This record gives sequence, structure tokens and C-alpha cells, in this order.
Amino acid sequence: MQEKELIPHLFRTEYSKIVAVLCKLFGIGYMSVAEDIASDTFLIAAETWGLKGLPENPTAWLYKVSRNKAIDFLRRHQLYKEKIEPHIKNDAASAEDNTIINLSAQNIQDSQLQMMFAICHPSITTEAQIGLSLNILCGFGAEEIADAFLSNKETIYKRLQRAKEKLRTEKVAIELPPPHEINNRMNAVLTTLYLLFSEGYYSSSQNTTLRKDLCVEAMRLTLMLVDNGPTNTPAANALLSLMCFHASRFDARLNSNGDIILYEDQDENLWNTELIDKGKFYLSQSSHGQQVSRYHLEAAIAFWHTQKKDTEEKWENILQLYNRLLQTHYSPIAALNRTYALSKANGKAAAITEAEKLQQLKDNHLYHVLLGNLYTGVDTNKATAHFQIAVQLAKTAADKAVINKSMEKIRAEQQ
Amino acid sequence: MQDFLLIFRREHTGPQSVLSPEQLQAMMKPWQDWLGSIAAQNKLVAAGNRLAHEGNVIRPNNVITNGPYVEIKEAIGGYSIIKAESLEEATELSKGCPILMVGGSVEVRTIIAM
Repeated sequence: MQEKELIPHLFRTEYSKIVAVLCKLFGIGYMSVAEDIASDTFLIAAETWGLKGLPENPTAWLYKVSRNKAIDFLRRHQLYKEKIEPHIKNDAASAEDNTIINLSAQNIQDSQLQMMFAICHPSITTEAQIGLSLNILCGFGAEEIADAFLSNKETIYKRLQRAKEKLRTEKVAIELPPPHEINNRMNAVLTTLYLLFSEGYYSSSQNTTLRKDLCVEAMRLTLMLVDNGPTNTPAANALLSLMCFHASRFDARLNSNGDIILYEDQDENLWNTELIDKGKFYLSQSSHGQQVSRYHLEAAIAFWHTQKKDTEEKWENILQLYNRLLQTHYSPIAALNRTYALSKANGKAAAITEAEKLQQLKDNHLYHVLLGNLYTGVDTNKATAHFQIAVQLAKTAADKAVINKSMEKIRAEQQ
Repeated sequence: MQDFLLIFRREHTGPQSVLSPEQLQAMMKPWQDWLGSIAAQNKLVAAGNRLAHEGNVIRPNNVITNGPYVEIKEAIGGYSIIKAESLEEATELSKGCPILMVGGSVEVRTIIAM
């Protein structure tokens, strides 16, 4: 890898590790210091490597520089007394010793896991939790986060600052919650990772590379939970399974222009079989215990979608899974998908009756897309009328294009 | 929006009262489809539960009888909680209840906070 590509690559992989380890060491109140040290390190790397060429081991180089900078900071700060002096006395070790600022693989992983729980603390909003996760755990800048959220940099920056301030005043500890709290706190962590993944998967942002990165990061963090004893819960496995199944269709669901290709029109040869197999593996891992989480149900639905062939068994299963999911976790998209599954399992007539009842969704363009599809081949006028409302309600050009395509299709079939 | 309790009653005596496992299995789909329909309209508060056949009734002076079934023909088989704008709407939502297919009834009652 050339130096030009290497630095952004290392930034993505190493920045968040350095921040997590330093933040864990300094305490949550010094998150910005940890970030500054990590940023400075990369700045120095860019300058030095540009002049002198690449070091033999760039990662080790980064760790060494950030370690030295961390020690400089501690020396100038009262934290030195608290964090460093006891070690020097006990071990007769120098402050530069790796054991104090420990960037070993194990400590990096432990610190990142603990940071995950600190960031997903109930004292800050879910939105802020997602933003901070991207910022601190994934090394995304305010601009990238703004791009993903379709927001602006200033808003995101302020949101991140407020969240950090809140964590500081609440004195949130960077540690794994005690065993009796872990399930509760895990729920918040899983929700954040689920939303982080969805943000990447469903976002209307045109930046497909960024969207994919969001999904990959969400999967990396979920895998970290699954790889760690106390956090390797059935729900975490179910969530990872769900992510694998969805991610398997990432390349098939967008064309080269970044336009959405509907499930039915996807080329299943583009589905990633390796990820499908991983999804099946984690789904089977998730089947321990009594609890059926929303992730279990959604993973099972996603599993059935990896079977491209329409069978009675497939759609009946999907319908029943949506029935169960909706009973505990209502969402507009689940209500619409349930009605689509109903049309496949119980017939179009039954589905139209049910769809007409979903009046709470009449301002949602996808609701009219669904009705348009249900009426296609049944009542062309009604189908067209619904597609027309859908085009008006759709907010993005990409969505409008997909709907127009469906409309052209029924027009062509009519002739 | 108000919450409503739906009480499902069914005959507990006579040839129709005991369902075979196959019949119970066959009843699963209509029940799930019906609950799913209410849930899809975002009007389900709690799917509720089924109730076992046996039970005790306690009356004044600690008189205990097994089951409320002595005087009435129908027994409560289960309950759900839904939300609706009015009793009329809640009643409308109850019309598709599968208990009606086996000769049972749904009682719709407005829930009043304690």
C-alpha cells in the first residue's frame, strides 16, 4: 500500500483503538484529550512519513508516538500522580513502559468494548449514542456522520459535544456493567448497533461507500460483543445473523448508479453466499435460551429472504414472523412488509382488505407503493392512482425513479 | 386513544369444548393473523394470554369452588388489550376474532385507569 492510501486506511483502523485505550486510561472526562492525541499522532505521521518514508511497522510507530504524547499529557497533568506514579513505585518501571499505556490487542479490545457500554449510556439520547459510536468507536468525523444522517456538520458537531459533556458530568465509568445489569445495558448497545447498521443499509445518502462502511462497522462492533464471553448473548448473535443476511444482498440491491433494485428484481448470483452462511451460523448460535428477541424474529425473516424461490412455506413463515414481530415491536415498515407477505400467503384480495386498514400510513409513500403493487393486475386504475400518490410523497429522486419504473411496467402490460 | 380489554369466551361443555392438538394447531394461524392485523394497524397494546381450563373461585366466607362454570355455559379462554378511538372502533376491530368461528364470543370493555 502506498503512503497516500496507507494513512487513511490506518486512520480508519487505528484511530478508534488509540482513542479507546487512552480514554479508558484517562477517564471519560478526558475523551477530547484522547481524541486530540490520536489526531496529532496521525498529523505527525503524515508529515514525517512524507519526508522520511514509511517506517518499518507503521502501526507500531503510531502506537509509540501516541504513547509518548499520552505520557507528556499525563506529566503536565495531575493525572500523573494518580495513574503513573503508583506503577513506577511498584514495578520500578519507567513511565514509557508499555504496561501503563497498554496498546496490546487484548487491551484494545477490552477498552473498545467498555467504551461501547459507556457510549450507550442511558443518560444520552439514542441519536447521540449512534453519533458517538461512529465518532469514537469507528473513527468517523463530524462531516462523514453528517453525510450519513443527511444533516450538516455543525449540527452533528454540537450533538457530539453535548453528548460528551453529558457523559463527563454523569461521570460514566468506562467498564463492563456488573453481571446483573449486563442484559439491560446490552439492550441499549444492541439497539444502537442495530440503528447504526440500518442507517447504512437504508439511508437515502447517495454516498454508497460510506453507507457500506457504516454497515461494516456495525458488524465489526457486534462481532466484538459475540467474541467476548459475558456479552456473547443469544440476542447479540441474532443481531449479527440479521446483519449478515442483509449485508449479503448489499451488492445486489444497488445498481452502478446507486439506484435501488427491488428484492424481486435482484440478481441472486450477486448475493454473497459466504455472508449467508455466516448468517445461518449466528442464527443457530442465537437459539440458546428462552428469550426470543426482535432480532431473532428479524433474523429469521431475513433468512427466509435468502431463499429466492417463492414457496408457500417461505411466505407463511415470513407472515407469521411479522405477525409476532408486530405484536411487540410495531414499525411502519414491518406493517407494510407484513401485508406484502400476507398477499403472498393468503392472496391479494385478503391483503388489499388489510392494506386498506392501515390508514395511519397514508402519508407514507411506501404505503401507496404497496397498494399500487397489490392492485397491479387487479385494478389498473387504482394501481396507477396509488403509484401517482407515491411519487408525490416520495422525498428522494431515487425513490421517485423506482416508483416511476413500476408505473411504466403496468402501462406496458396494459398495451 | 383508549385501551380496551377483549375477553374471549367459549362454551366449556358439550362436544365442541375440548379441542384436539391438531385443532389447536390449526387455530394458531387465524389467531396470529388476526392479532397481526391489529398490530399492523398499531392498535395492539398487549397480545395477552390464553387461560387454562381449570381455576378456582373464592366467595365470601372462604367458600372455594373449582371454576366459575357452575352457573354459566361460557368460560373465559383468554384476553387481549387493544387501543382505539372509541368503543365502536374497538368493536369493529374485534369482528374478525377467530373465537367467533368456534361459536365463542368477544366482550369489549373500556379500561379505566385505577
